[in-house]
Amino acid sequence: MNQRRSIFLLSALVFGFAFLYVPILSMIVFSFNESKLVTVWGGFSVKWYRALLSNERMLEAAWLSIRIAAVTATIAVVLGTMAAFALSRFGRFRLRALFAGMVTAPLVMPEVITGLSLLLLFVAFAPLPLFPDARGFSTITIAHTTLTMAYVTVVVQSRLSMLDESLEEAALDLGARPAKVFLVITLPLIAPALISGWLLAFTLSLDDLVIASFTAGPTTNTLPMMIFSTVRRGLTPEINALATIMVGIVTVFVVTAGVLMARQERKRELEMRAAWQAAAAAGPRQ
Amino acid sequence: MANPSYVSLGQRLISALEAVLAVIVSSYPYRASAGLLRRAGVTGRTLVIAIPTIWLLLFFLVPFLIVLKISFAETRWLGSPPYTPLFEWVEGQYLQIKLSFGNYLFLLRDSLYVQAFLSSLKVAFISTIFCLLIGYPMAYAIARASPSWRNTLLMLVILPFWTSFLLRVYAWIGLLSNQGVINQVLMSLGITREPIVMLQTDFAMYVGIVYSYLPFMILPLYANLEKHDPSLLEAAVDLGCRPFRAFLSITLPLSRPGIIAGSMLVFIPAVGEFVIPRLLGGTSSLMIGRVLWDEYFANRNWPVASAVAIALLLLLVVPIVIFQRMQARETFGAAR
Repeated sequence: MNQRRSIFLLSALVFGFAFLYVPILSMIVFSFNESKLVTVWGGFSVKWYRALLSNERMLEAAWLSIRIAAVTATIAVVLGTMAAFALSRFGRFRLRALFAGMVTAPLVMPEVITGLSLLLLFVAFAPLPLFPDARGFSTITIAHTTLTMAYVTVVVQSRLSMLDESLEEAALDLGARPAKVFLVITLPLIAPALISGWLLAFTLSLDDLVIASFTAGPTTNTLPMMIFSTVRRGLTPEINALATIMVGIVTVFVVTAGVLMARQERKRELEMRAAWQAAAAAGPRQ
Repeated sequence: MANPSYVSLGQRLISALEAVLAVIVSSYPYRASAGLLRRAGVTGRTLVIAIPTIWLLLFFLVPFLIVLKISFAETRWLGSPPYTPLFEWVEGQYLQIKLSFGNYLFLLRDSLYVQAFLSSLKVAFISTIFCLLIGYPMAYAIARASPSWRNTLLMLVILPFWTSFLLRVYAWIGLLSNQGVINQVLMSLGITREPIVMLQTDFAMYVGIVYSYLPFMILPLYANLEKHDPSLLEAAVDLGCRPFRAFLSITLPLSRPGIIAGSMLVFIPAVGEFVIPRLLGGTSSLMIGRVLWDEYFANRNWPVASAVAIALLLLLVVPIVIFQRMQARETFGAAR
C-alpha cells in the first residue's frame, strides 16, 4: 500500500518538474543552435549571443529595465517594510482593515486593471506640480513600486511573525530608543527577508510587460516590451540567447542566496543553543 | 562565531549607520521638524503607518476612483479626453451629477464582451482545476519528503518563478509549433504523419496558463500540508483505515485553507490574463484581458476600457474578498 503511494507521489514529482523545466531546457539548448530555424538542430554555435550583444535597441531596453527595477526594488523594500511593521507590530489601529486590504490587493489584481488605472491617474494628474508630466521612467517606476511593495510586505511580514518579539522588548526595557532597537536588533534579524524582498521586487519589475506598456510613454521601450514585439513577429534565436543569459543569472543568484541564508540560519540556531546552554549553566549559581 | 569577518562587517555597518543617524539627529533641520511633528502629535509610529498609506491612497485607491469616474463619462470625440464631466455647477446654484451608463449598456448589448467575460471565467476555472490536480500531489510529495530533500525540491519549484514569465511563455511557442520539438518527436516516433496543430489553440493557452501559475498553487498548498501532524494519519491507519480513505477524510479536509489560497492565487489573475492568450491562444476564445488591452491600445476608447475594468473588478470582488479574509486571518493569527 505504502509502496504504491510513494510510487504515485514520485511520478507526480517527476512529471511536475518535467513540466516546469522542459520548456526552459529546450530554450537553452536551441539558443546554441546554428540554424535560423529555432526548432531544428543545425549544429552548435554562439552566433545568436553575438547578434544579441550587438543589438543596440535590445541592450538599451535592457539597461532601462534594469534601472527601473533597481529603483523600484529599493523604494518597495522601504515602503513594504514599513507596511509589514504596521501590520505585524502595531496591533489594531484605525482603518487597519482598509490598510491591509490596500497592501495585499495588488497581489491578486489583474495586471490590465492596475495598468489602466495608473495610466488614467498619470494622465489626469500630469498638470499638477510634483507629478511627472511625461510618461516614462518615473511613471513605470511608481507603478511597479505599487505592485511590488505588496510582495515585499508579505515576505517581511512572515519573517517578522517568526521573530521572537521579546528580543525587541528587552532592548526597549533596557532603555534603547525604538529607532535604535530597529537598527540594532530588528534590522539584522530581518535582513534576509529584506534581501529576498528586494530581489523579488527587482525580478517582478524586470519581467512586467502589461503594467509597463500602459504606463510607458510612446517612446519608452522596456525589455519585456521589446521581447513582446519581437516574439509577436515570430521566433528568433536571439530571444533564446537572452532567455539563457537571464536564466543563468537568476539561477546563480537564487542558489547562492539560498545556500547563504541556510548557512546563516544554521549559525544563528547554533548561537542560540550556545546561549541557552550558557544561561542554563549560569542559572543555579544565582 | 563561525565567520568573524561577516559579524564584524555587520557590526561595522550598523555603527556607521548609527554615526550617520547621530549627525542627522543633531542637525538643526531635523530638530526643528521633529519638534513641529511632536507638537502636532505625530510619532514615529504614525509615520510608519502614514507613509505607505499615503502612497497606496495616491497610487492605488485614487486611480480606481478615476477609472470609475471615466467609466461613467460620455465621450465627446472618439474616446480620447476630454470627457463630459460628472459633476457640474449649474448656474452656480446647485451641483449636478451626470452619470452615463452608456458604456455599461454597450458592454451588455454587444455579445462580444459578454462572451469574453464568460470565456475568461471558464478558462480560469479549468486552469485552476488542472493546477490543483498537478500541484496537490507535488506539494504533498514535497511535504512528505525527507527534510534534506525538501529545501532542494522547494527551490526547484520557486526557481522558474524567478525567471522571466514572458520568456517562459515564449518557450512554449518553440515546443508547440508545427515544426516544434513535440511535433518532431511525435513524427519521428511515427505516431503522426503530419504535425498536430497545437499553437494558437485553446490547448496551448491552457498549457501556458497552468504552466505559469503552477508554483502559485504549490507554495500555499505546501505551506499548509507541511504543518500537518503525521500521527493523525498513523492513528487512522492503526485503527484500520485504508490509506486512501485516511487521506480523503483527514488530509484533504485539513488542507482546505491551502486549496482555497492556491486556487484564488491562480484563478483571480488568470481571469484577467493577457500575455498567454495573446501569444499562445487562438482567436476563437477571446479573453477579457485582451479585450481591455485592445479597447485601450487599438480602439483608443478609454471610457469603454474603464467600464470593462470595472466590470472585471466586480466579477472578481468575491474571490478577492475571500483571499483577503484568509490573508488577514493568517497574519492576525501570526501577529498574536
